[in-house]
Amino acid sequence: MPAAQAEPFLRIEGVSKKFGSFTAVSDVSLTVEKGEIFALLGGSGCGKTTLLRMLAGFEDLSAGRIFLDGKDMAGVPPWLRPVHMMFQSYALFPHMTVETNIAYGLKHEPISKAAKQDRVREMLDLVQLTQFAARKPHQISGGQRQRVALARALARQPKLLLLDEPLAALDKKLREHTQFELMSIQQRTGVTFMVVTHDQEEAMTLADRIAVMDKGQVKQVGTPTDIYEFPNSRFVAGFIGSITSFEASVKGRDGDHLVLDVPALGAVQARDVPGLVEGQAVTLALRPEKLRITKNRPDATNVVEGQVKDLAYFGKDSLYRITLPSGELVQAHAVNANRGEDAARADWDDRVFLSFDPASAIVLAE
Amino acid sequence: MSKAYKTGWFDRKGWSDIIIGLPYVWLVALFLLPFLIVVAMSVATKTPTAPPFSFGGDYPLLNWEGYERVFSDGLYLRAFLTSVVNAAAAMLLCLIVGYPMALGLVRVAPAWRNILLMLVILPFWTSFLLRVYAWMGLMGKNSWFNKLLTDWWNFVVPVDWAVNSIPMMHTNFAVVLVMVYTYLPFMILPLYASLERLDTTLDEAALDLGSRPHQVFFDITLPQSVPGIIAGGMLVFIPAAGELVIPTLVGNSASPMIGRVISDEFNQARDWPMASAVAVALLVLMVVPTMLYSHFQAKSGGAK
Amino acid sequence: MNRRPVFLITMLCFGFAFFYIPILSMIVYSFNESRLATVWGGFSTKWYVSLFSNRQVIAALILSLKIALISATVATILGTMAGIALARFRKFRGRVLFSGLVTAPLIMPEVITGISSLMFFILLADWIGWPGQRGFTTVTLAHITFSMVFVTTVVQSRMVQADQAIEEAAMDLGSRPWQVLFDVTLPVIFPAIMSGWLLAFTISLDDVVITAFTTGPGATTLPLLIWSKVKLGVTPDVNALATLMVLVVGLGVVLAGILMSRADRRRDADARLAYQANE
Repeated sequence: MPAAQAEPFLRIEGVSKKFGSFTAVSDVSLTVEKGEIFALLGGSGCGKTTLLRMLAGFEDLSAGRIFLDGKDMAGVPPWLRPVHMMFQSYALFPHMTVETNIAYGLKHEPISKAAKQDRVREMLDLVQLTQFAARKPHQISGGQRQRVALARALARQPKLLLLDEPLAALDKKLREHTQFELMSIQQRTGVTFMVVTHDQEEAMTLADRIAVMDKGQVKQVGTPTDIYEFPNSRFVAGFIGSITSFEASVKGRDGDHLVLDVPALGAVQARDVPGLVEGQAVTLALRPEKLRITKNRPDATNVVEGQVKDLAYFGKDSLYRITLPSGELVQAHAVNANRGEDAARADWDDRVFLSFDPASAIVLAE
Repeated sequence: MSKAYKTGWFDRKGWSDIIIGLPYVWLVALFLLPFLIVVAMSVATKTPTAPPFSFGGDYPLLNWEGYERVFSDGLYLRAFLTSVVNAAAAMLLCLIVGYPMALGLVRVAPAWRNILLMLVILPFWTSFLLRVYAWMGLMGKNSWFNKLLTDWWNFVVPVDWAVNSIPMMHTNFAVVLVMVYTYLPFMILPLYASLERLDTTLDEAALDLGSRPHQVFFDITLPQSVPGIIAGGMLVFIPAAGELVIPTLVGNSASPMIGRVISDEFNQARDWPMASAVAVALLVLMVVPTMLYSHFQAKSGGAK
Repeated sequence: MNRRPVFLITMLCFGFAFFYIPILSMIVYSFNESRLATVWGGFSTKWYVSLFSNRQVIAALILSLKIALISATVATILGTMAGIALARFRKFRGRVLFSGLVTAPLIMPEVITGISSLMFFILLADWIGWPGQRGFTTVTLAHITFSMVFVTTVVQSRMVQADQAIEEAAMDLGSRPWQVLFDVTLPVIFPAIMSGWLLAFTISLDDVVITAFTTGPGATTLPLLIWSKVKLGVTPDVNALATLMVLVVGLGVVLAGILMSRADRRRDADARLAYQANE
């Protein structure tokens, strides 16, 4: 990544959007680097699409500023922005062919006819639709429509490509394949992508960095690993992946570990979080795959006993729901490493021990 | 869901002014203004001048006589009653005939459906006047249809009741019959539209839960088609209540419908204020079902 | 359901008999030799011959077509504008009144539209001296007014259905507002505009009541001519005229039906194409 000192490629500065008394986007500040795939992740109504539409120029800003490549975008109409959008509905022109759809944006470019034709051919080739060039949008499949929309938006070589739920309309199998195709096209073209999605897996796979949004605000920005392993709030921890959370309070510090008093689990050691003071109420969040299940008491820092209430066998792994003595339920994943019947594997109603490393315990102040 | 279109082509100042302004000005000048003239005229006084009315001068500025006569003169009350009864009868008969037809259209094989639908719409494209006229040919005293009906009547009733020919022309029966004939497509099409949308698996679910076919109809199909029934009913009732052509051609001039009364007051009696007062009263009469309709539509639209 | 809906099919047959027997009877009697229109007196085509040599009928037909062409075209332009305005402008001053103005003519009884237009034209002539004489112009103006709202209804519903994102997409790809209108909006709603025009044309061609009120001496449209003949009773030459009109319309609708089913088949083929493209 370039030096932090340089002006970022895209800078969103204190942007807000109000519709009447409803605040759709509230004081959002973000920076995006050139060539990045950046994802805006959040549930419906979190403001991610509104933010995207403000970048495209379809919505005015109630407050704040947007700089693209050092230029203030205020007052620049959509048709003059070097920003193109792939719409969730694809918004293909139904009365034009695949080829004329892709060529549409080039109509306004001051380049020769031959150059335009070359560009269209190049785009058709990029998305592998050359043989469907003469078809109308309703004569091709959903996945192909998606690629036409992508090619059409890329044809004018935008500085920034906005993708609104690019995979939402595709079925599951096609979605996985298309994810990788999108990434490879992004790498080949070098265009900066800003993806809006509600699907955390999609965001994790596609994006270099993710901004998690809720109620118009950005909750956390970071790489997929940052967001998953080091969430900064209960919202982010719960939104990405699954967690079991416990009420806790800070008891003190033991060396470089934080000691928590968790009513449901007893004393728990966790990785230290700077800034926490003794007695402060916090949340302990545990991810199912970070918990080990054993039938015998293991030699570990954090151990708690429980009983298997439910178990779902998925083949490669199993999901357990374990009742703690305090009555709370904890979810835990176990990889089924051995084939067939495994005596060591816990079964229904077995007494088991759950253990986890202090480094795996997520402590959330918020 | 509509988004803010701050930068749409249509939001540019000059464009939106023309696109809204032109039809707006047209409708204000040629529809609203004439309508306001009717409203104003309804409280003017008839004079033997040209044009035959006056406000103020030797006459009262606001003359409520027209409205007083609408509510006191039996002629107008009877005309209103005749209109409402005829229109309601036409609406009910359209429903009775149209509902099974619409349901039939939904249930026939898809290959037939388009052809049959076209046959329903076809009369709609042919001249309204000629469709009325076609029935004049059938209802006349010497027509084959009337003779057929007369023979059948004389065959089934006691000899004392036998008639030379059934009086059909120039009766309210004729008016209702022709209204049903001309407005039936207006009933069938919305009914068809609402019935076609219904999920047939609901019928199967009801059958599966032990309902007989006729119970399925009353429990499942009919309640779901209420919006179509209301839409069709409005589309028949409203134009039928204000109808002028049908009662003029096949109606009984001794008990005219309200459209005929307005036309006669205007053309024959040259009483513009009276014609206008009756017109305003008719509109008020129609506003009630229209409001109910849009209220119902708004409700069902909100529930969607 | 495996039960054949016998009752429904019976009702359909009855309904179609009800629809078409009067028209068929009218067609048969147009070939009636007898002057008494309801009594059969042998086969003859003489009423058709007399129809074609009737200058009055031809003149009325030409006038009707002229009015219908002009009024449908103007009504389509104005009605499309109104439809676009209502579908796309969320807020503008007087929107409530405007949407009222485009619905009211749909439910206004023709008699009332008729007398209001007539009083308007008479008073206007009184105030500013125009229109000096009622006829072609006044009828056309009245037809435009009440048929444009039908166009508006058709266009508006098509506009609402259309994906609004395609207009944004065009803008996003560098088109200025007026280019979006001509490149995307109008082509997409074009079928609705065409059917709006056809509707306006038919309504104008068919109108009796409003025409009767707004016309003047010397401007007799075909429906008015028929109206004046029919008021006196059933006559064989009207039967002949009616038969011709029904045949022309019937042919047109059947042709349209064939075109439509061909379009259906093409849609099916497209769907197959899209499905195959999937593999």
